[in-house]
Amino acid sequence: MHEVNVDLLIVGAGPAGLAAAIAAAEAGAGEIVLVDRLAELGGILQQCIHNGFGLRFFKEELTGPEYAQRFMDKLTDFPQIRIKAETMVIEIAPDQRVTRVTTVNARDGLVIYNAAAIILAMGCRERPRGAINTPGTRPAGIYTAGSAQRLMNVEGFLPGRRAVILGSGDIGLIMARRLTLEGIKVEAVVELMPYSSGLTRNIVQCLDDFGIPLYLGHTVTEIVGRDRVEGVVVAPVDSTRVPDQKRAFRIDCDTLVLSVGLIPENELSLQASVLLDQATGGPVVDSDYQTSVPGIFACGNVVHVHDLVDDVSEESIVAGRSAAAFVNSRRDERDLCDRRDRRDQRDQRDLCNRRDASSALSFGEHRPDAFIETKAGRNIRSIVPQKLRRDRPTVLYIRVANPEQDVVISAGGLRRKLRQVTPGETVRLTVAPEHFSEELQLTVTVEKSEA
Amino acid sequence: MAHKETDVLIIGGGVTGTALARELSRYEVSVMLMEKEVDLAFGTSKANSGIVHSGIHDRPGTLKARLCVEGNRMYPQMAQELDFLYQNNGAVVVARQEDEIPALKRLMEQGQQNGVTGVRLIGRGELLALEPHLAPDLAAALVMPSGGIVIPFDLVYALAENAAANGVEIVLGTQVTDIQEEDGAFTVQATHIAGRTPRAAQAAQAAQTIQAAQTAQTTVLPVETVRARYIVNAAGLHAGTVAGMIGDDSISIHPRKGEEYLLDRRLAGFVKHTVFPLPTPVSKGILIIPTVEGNIMLGPTACATDSFDDYGTTAAGWREVFDYVRQLAPELKASDLITAFAGLRAASNHEDFIIGPSAVSQRFIHAAGMESPGLTAAPAAARLVCEHLQEAGLDLKPKKVFDPIRRVIRIRDLSASEQAQLMQQDAAYSKIVCRCEYVSEGEIRDAIRRGATTLDGVKLRTRSGMGRCQGGFCTPKIIGILSRELGLPPEKITKRGPGSPLLAGRLR
Repeated sequence: MHEVNVDLLIVGAGPAGLAAAIAAAEAGAGEIVLVDRLAELGGILQQCIHNGFGLRFFKEELTGPEYAQRFMDKLTDFPQIRIKAETMVIEIAPDQRVTRVTTVNARDGLVIYNAAAIILAMGCRERPRGAINTPGTRPAGIYTAGSAQRLMNVEGFLPGRRAVILGSGDIGLIMARRLTLEGIKVEAVVELMPYSSGLTRNIVQCLDDFGIPLYLGHTVTEIVGRDRVEGVVVAPVDSTRVPDQKRAFRIDCDTLVLSVGLIPENELSLQASVLLDQATGGPVVDSDYQTSVPGIFACGNVVHVHDLVDDVSEESIVAGRSAAAFVNSRRDERDLCDRRDRRDQRDQRDLCNRRDASSALSFGEHRPDAFIETKAGRNIRSIVPQKLRRDRPTVLYIRVANPEQDVVISAGGLRRKLRQVTPGETVRLTVAPEHFSEELQLTVTVEKSEA
Repeated sequence: MAHKETDVLIIGGGVTGTALARELSRYEVSVMLMEKEVDLAFGTSKANSGIVHSGIHDRPGTLKARLCVEGNRMYPQMAQELDFLYQNNGAVVVARQEDEIPALKRLMEQGQQNGVTGVRLIGRGELLALEPHLAPDLAAALVMPSGGIVIPFDLVYALAENAAANGVEIVLGTQVTDIQEEDGAFTVQATHIAGRTPRAAQAAQAAQTIQAAQTAQTTVLPVETVRARYIVNAAGLHAGTVAGMIGDDSISIHPRKGEEYLLDRRLAGFVKHTVFPLPTPVSKGILIIPTVEGNIMLGPTACATDSFDDYGTTAAGWREVFDYVRQLAPELKASDLITAFAGLRAASNHEDFIIGPSAVSQRFIHAAGMESPGLTAAPAAARLVCEHLQEAGLDLKPKKVFDPIRRVIRIRDLSASEQAQLMQQDAAYSKIVCRCEYVSEGEIRDAIRRGATTLDGVKLRTRSGMGRCQGGFCTPKIIGILSRELGLPPEKITKRGPGSPLLAGRLR
């Protein structure tokens, strides 16, 4: 077991980690270590072989692996980025002036990195069957959509022959098409809510084009089959989401694919005492994508689940640049302290060892009055970032609570008319300091448009 | 075909059978254990609550009371020898209202009669100091310091591995179909279960579902006829059927289903003691169980069923469990649920355990009706069965060399420096496969070499796939490791044996 000092360590080399690493290197972050559990960089993009990625970021339509490759190619321009693949981070512990990150891999065994800053880019995981507590048996043939996707697109196997998909989020919809294209009969997509949480384009391209029925306002009330799935019982639900068993019906199938939500993967963040937002399940971040712990940044699906990878790249660039600025300010301070140290060792050592005090000196954004907080108003489920810098514009990612038509969304003094909002599609708004109409907070609301 | 011969044939590879196998492995006798499922602990033992009961719950004078208290005392040493996870966390029985306190006192007296030591009655204040997350309005509680917890399948594998290391032959995936007694021995016919198909498979074939032909090969050993001088019926739910094979119709099993709900390890330490309500006439009630691994388990329900393979959980079961435990601990949240499962208790037509020779043959010993506290009692029951075998004429001479020690590597229980050292010796321990439970490829490989042949077998031995993502990330990797270690194509890998293939084939 040995210890290594680095400037910046990034946990996760999916789209968020890749974009952050490149942005940080471009901004002069110094020595960067990029850690990922898998052998291949790119994270979940590598199993997303469908297209539709990059329309906004690259202004062209790419597959997941192609999108990842753009970043991986660029990574080679930066020899200061060291890649640690097949490496797992097992502990993150903020220390006095560094963050201690314990990693493990087959080549090096256990290694502890002392990083001046870290970026959390762990992404998210899928909610399993247990989390939605579907009654019935526990046979083979129940897969989360991502697992089924990996089995098919990376490992090359068919998960079954005849499937029902529960959940109409984007992964569920994409998998309906993917299974169909491989000759698996998709009997139905079942959605608990009265609307799909997926993108409209995916409903059209993945279900309608193949004639796959979508049961809105229904759920799976029982899984049947002792050893392998033999069928599922589906029932409509009322407005409180309670199934009506009298109208239940059975669909024979050998596979149940679950696309019932994603959870930002924040076990490491919690270990590091990073404050989480109940609404997003991810860290509370500011305009710089810095978390509540100085020197710990976060970006991508670990912060909030995104609809589009383009948005992940955009915010991860901000996180990378901010982390670089943090590292550089620390380096300047250290130089300053070293010089002062020679003059007066005793007085200054304290200052340099005090993480918060010293970072506040040069990374001035930490002063509480440098930020105003976002506040969710009517029909708003979540807003990221949660804390906005007063001195420059910030892109907000806003998720509404319920679908609504003909609305005005407002953020402080900024107002925009929208034909419709749904929880499945993030609203992206850029707010600038001139929109800050209240002193301490920026309230975001959706109101019916007076047409 | 040559007959296999054995002194003792144990039918059933749950905790009763494996505890007996280990006990018998101390002696100079040949022992074979036969299990119809493709792995041990795949029946009732898999879904057990894992509680090492103190022994206060059982009626004085019963085998249940006696063997529970005896068994409880055997656990600490057994855990040291066999390296299964055991914690002497203690238990409490809580009274919700003042008027339940007399019942607590009666329970305490019963415990004292049974020989349970250290039981005491405490008031609300002391209870809340011990367990601050319990409801503040509980009236009083009994504390049983001897209560403990284990992981039932972890215990079964530990017992079986030590038994095997000491010479017991374990035969899996083989179901006894016929027993004839002649010339002072039994001739036992058994069939392999590879041909079992899911009930709806034939109907489903027409509809293009996975065909029975795709069911996997498992490690079925070529045993067809066994000559056994003695038989022990530890067949759990099927003990009545096995008894019937020698014409003994004294046992009938009436399964009683229990549903259990497992919460995230985030809640480690939420309660320290196993928390019991006052018992009901049919069960010890719905409990809050801290597991050895830091999860909180809620349950079980107790519901009579006619089916011997009804392992479904139900919406009603969840409501019953959750509504109940919230009265004991109002902070519990449904959103911490990570999985649920159901098991069938092998309750019988007898009130007590059925341990002793069959009326039909003295050399056919029952160890049946082992409902709660069957797991706790198992090691003591094993000793009692040995006494019955001796009475029936089996000479139990201690082996000169018996190794009571079994060890297993769990990297998550090692210190950082121990991990580093191990990883340097064998890089497979540094490849983390299950991130939620921190299980390495080395441990999964070891589990397969120790006998796991299925995804569930690996899961129960290593915990891979038992965490908060429930196998979402590690399942494809484990299929790959099983495939490599067993020399089978991935399509042949199953969840838990024939009929449960995980994959339907390769992409075109």
